[in-house]
Amino acid sequence: MKKFKERLSGRIFFTLALSSISALALITVFIISQGAPLIAEVGIIKFIFGMEWAPSRGEFGIFPMIIGSVTVTLGAAVIGVPVGICCSVFLAEFAPPAMSNLFRPAIQLLAGIPSVVYGFWGLLFVVPAVRNLFGGPGLSILTGSIILGIMILPTVISISEVSILALPRQYKEGALALGMTHWQTIYAVMLPAAKSGIVAAVILGIGRAVGETMAVIMVLGNAVAVPESILDPVRTLTTNIGIEMGYASGEHQQALFATGIVLFVAIMILNSFAQYVTRRK
Amino acid sequence: MAEKKLVPNQSIKLRTRSLNLYYGAFHALGDITMDIYDRSITAIIGPSGCGKSTLLRVFNRMNDLIPSVRVEGEVLLDDLSVYGKNADVVSLRKKVGMVFQRPNVFPKNIYDNIAIGPKKHGIKRLSQLDEIVERSLAQVALWDEVKDDLKKPGLELTPGQQQRLCIARAIAVEPEVILMDESCSALDPESTMKIEELMFSLMERYAIIIVTHNMEQALRVSDMAAFLMIGQDRIGQLVEYGPTIGMFSTPKDKRTEDYITGRFG
Repeated sequence: MKKFKERLSGRIFFTLALSSISALALITVFIISQGAPLIAEVGIIKFIFGMEWAPSRGEFGIFPMIIGSVTVTLGAAVIGVPVGICCSVFLAEFAPPAMSNLFRPAIQLLAGIPSVVYGFWGLLFVVPAVRNLFGGPGLSILTGSIILGIMILPTVISISEVSILALPRQYKEGALALGMTHWQTIYAVMLPAAKSGIVAAVILGIGRAVGETMAVIMVLGNAVAVPESILDPVRTLTTNIGIEMGYASGEHQQALFATGIVLFVAIMILNSFAQYVTRRK
Repeated sequence: MAEKKLVPNQSIKLRTRSLNLYYGAFHALGDITMDIYDRSITAIIGPSGCGKSTLLRVFNRMNDLIPSVRVEGEVLLDDLSVYGKNADVVSLRKKVGMVFQRPNVFPKNIYDNIAIGPKKHGIKRLSQLDEIVERSLAQVALWDEVKDDLKKPGLELTPGQQQRLCIARAIAVEPEVILMDESCSALDPESTMKIEELMFSLMERYAIIIVTHNMEQALRVSDMAAFLMIGQDRIGQLVEYGPTIGMFSTPKDKRTEDYITGRFG
């Protein structure tokens, strides 16, 4: 009887674990089955590098949206990564325990704010601020980058901090024992030693930025055009799906699923790169 | 093997006067007064947990990394107060190098492991750095083994080579004192022998202080020996300090005799 219970509980856990994997499999199969035929029909080169997105005329080129995603994501990295890494160094090396005990949950809270709230806040505060300070419509790459830069902070900070804290104490001691200052020890020994973890943190942060939809939909302006400056509005791959999926049908809908495939592949590449970097010794 | 003098005919490099060290409320070292001679090897011996490493880490203020540590009394390097108000920890550690129990080679190549110290102390010229790297590696008898792959990661060397690399890294910043915290305990006998030979050659230029669990090693390499033990008040104290040969042949204290003859510890 006891043995039977043991076996049964094992089965139950296995089934439940399997269901989460099979959800992934179902989604993947569904996206590919819906999107792949259109890519085949239009041609992958024309789909990815096509400049024209006009579903009513049967033009499905997503290049402007790729530019949108890439620029906004890069902007988010430029803003969020230095801040995030400095913050993690501060928490791991400088902050007195009382302060880091305050900072850490606060940063976790930042991750818990719903993205629509970020978007709403961005629309009400960041958009007018950018418009007043730099001109243009305010709905722009810059605004989206600021919002996303803040949104990737928890990812960048927590993973970088863990990788700094995971370093053998002997590295730090060895560097200090050579008469290096605390700061020299950090930038010449500890950060290079924690490089793989920090790179992974950055990549995962970028992955988060690429996939974000709701927050940026509200602040990017969503124009399907190749931007000329960071003050121009853009549309990203995700926001394109978010905006048009509600009314799309037929080929148009397929084209949006095909956009999903592109996103899916991009995120997979980023994540496997992050995995590769952390596992490499 | 170098001939050991009964009393090193050398000047005094380091002194402690009524040194007391506390970890928070815990009194770890009690009233330690000793003189450490230049150009000689001093061994700190004693049972586990008696404060040997703590005492060693007083000399380069490595204990500062533990927030609750408090030091009373005086420690002098030449005439410089180690714990004085104007003491500069960074320049102290440049003068008092340290080799740890386990080789702690940085995850960098061999060259950079050696060059990082001098670089941070302001040496920028590549030819000068090349020279320091070669000289330091030659001093630890590692140059011939690695001269053709200085760009190889230091962590790919054998543990014995890694520990010699760490010693080379320490002497590359031209210290005056070298602290070795059980630096052979993680190594095989052959590597241990190489490092002991190295100690003898380094002794000609530096004051060397070692912590060791190995009585034979203390007897083989050291000129002076300090025996530390936890007293009845649970405070680590200096039971006996004197020339190694004298201590091992005719210990003055019964506890020293019991320890070095292997009756406890």
